[in-house]
Amino acid sequence: MILEVKNISFAYAGAPTLFSDISFSVNRGQIISIIGPNGVGKTTLLNCMANLAAPKDGEILLEGKDMKRLKAREIAKKIAFVPQFIIPSFSYDVLSYVVTGCAPRIGTFEKPKQEHYAIAQQSLEQMKISHLAQKYYTQISGGERQQVSIARALAQRPKVILMDEPTAHLDYGNQIKVLKIIKELAAEGYAAVITTHNPDHALLLGGEVAAINSNGQFIFGSSRSVINEDFLSALYGVDLCLHHIPGIGRDVCVAASL
Amino acid sequence: MNKGAYLRTVFILFLLLCCSALAAVCIGRLSVNPLDVYQVISSKFAAEPVIDETLEALDTVLFKIRIPRTLAAMMVGAMLSLSGAVYQGVFKNPLVSPDILGVSSGASVGAASAILLGLGMIERQSFAFLGGILAVVLATAIPKLLKIYSNLILVLSGIIVGGFLSSLLAIMKFVAEEQTELSAIVFWQMGSFAPIDMKEVVAISPVFLIGTILLMGLSWRINILSFGEVEAKTLGINVRQLMGIIIACASFLTASAVSICGTIGWIGLVIPHLARLLVGSDHTKMMPVTVISGALFMLIIDTIARALLTVEIPLSILTGIIGAPCYAWLLYKQRANVF
Repeated sequence: MILEVKNISFAYAGAPTLFSDISFSVNRGQIISIIGPNGVGKTTLLNCMANLAAPKDGEILLEGKDMKRLKAREIAKKIAFVPQFIIPSFSYDVLSYVVTGCAPRIGTFEKPKQEHYAIAQQSLEQMKISHLAQKYYTQISGGERQQVSIARALAQRPKVILMDEPTAHLDYGNQIKVLKIIKELAAEGYAAVITTHNPDHALLLGGEVAAINSNGQFIFGSSRSVINEDFLSALYGVDLCLHHIPGIGRDVCVAASL
Repeated sequence: MNKGAYLRTVFILFLLLCCSALAAVCIGRLSVNPLDVYQVISSKFAAEPVIDETLEALDTVLFKIRIPRTLAAMMVGAMLSLSGAVYQGVFKNPLVSPDILGVSSGASVGAASAILLGLGMIERQSFAFLGGILAVVLATAIPKLLKIYSNLILVLSGIIVGGFLSSLLAIMKFVAEEQTELSAIVFWQMGSFAPIDMKEVVAISPVFLIGTILLMGLSWRINILSFGEVEAKTLGINVRQLMGIIIACASFLTASAVSICGTIGWIGLVIPHLARLLVGSDHTKMMPVTVISGALFMLIIDTIARALLTVEIPLSILTGIIGAPCYAWLLYKQRANVF
């Protein structure tokens, strides 16, 4: 067990409780898709796990230690976070960007050394994007940026990779490519927790589903056991159909005719 | 940009700086031959000083006036440019200048109070320094009082403090005696190295050295801060602590610079852009280049200011007249990929 979320609840200052009593654990090689309608706190839950937001009640244990008591540097050695999108104010080349993933292992007054650049190169190779190394971050496409961000997360040598809507802002091909990458990462032993607006992505990824509904209720379980037509229709408040397509051998979630 | 090209750029800039420093020492109402400069300086270190009347006069000009002034101009240029570069980095905004947190307004109020109280030069400088630091303390206290920690709130606090202090300054100018006090305040605000001697140089060098070394050490972390708070935090950085150190260093640099020579506009905004154009946005490379180019630019401006006309031209006039078109040119040059 790498991460253990125990009975956490969250409320923004002066606002009613967003969600409460959420518990689940994250293990090696596991994929967890956080789903639910807009505004239920999917990203907030992910932010709590990334130590970007502090739960009101409950605790999150990182390898058995309360995350509140850990230093940001210690957390960053185990948990990497891939933000939804990045708008850089200054243009750095891709390699300089990816090498910042080594920051948790570099002293405050130090600069990255040859070994750290080697790690960054290796992460780029792992993502099969070595050819981008010298390009400026501002000059590459959205899909490439997402890959570069994941490469930086890999340079952190984490155990868990958290991704906030990794498929948002990407074309259909790149969405599927990113899902494939997530699956491969899980096969290599990384745990991946993602938020997504597309229940079909949760089905494609398999693994676990963590759903928050509009009443703030939390449902957790394997995607196969949790996801069914009634569940999805109730979650999103529209008619959704689940069909098994024999040709591709999986269940597909689609909307009913408008 | 590869390492060789970067080192070459640094070397060329450094060479230019050395040549300009020598030229600045030679140029002036009493122009000096570079060879004589060498003689004067070497006779200082000789076991038995050669006594020569013309050299003795030169000695006074060089050591009492020109060398301190040259050193001060270089340090002030470097300090203002470096804090501009650092603020632009951590606030993720290439339009930010060193007075973003109200340092200059605070220093102006400090200097103006010393002038109105009829105090001397040392008090004026100390008041300016304290005023500048106090303004930053106020600007950083507002987010703490509001319990909202974000760079945007910090920048807005800087604007609030700056605006308030500008009005205070306006009141002081309004009540000031026109011929003496008001003109002293106005001249102080336009910036000048005329009253500088070795004592000011000695006073600001520790701040210059410590601030510059600390910030250079943090240059790679500044890259990470420039991605924004979320990314910096998830990369394991204690954002508030690091921001605190960086703001303290940059504020001390700016306040010390402003305290000895008055407010000087443009340089802290333009030089970081020049550095980015030369070596790219990576702070580990652009910060050293910023320091050297800032020193070079300020030195050239100050030399023009004192040698062009028979009267001294206030520095802000020249930094604006030269800096603003330079800035436009830089924006034109870097439109492709720097932002």
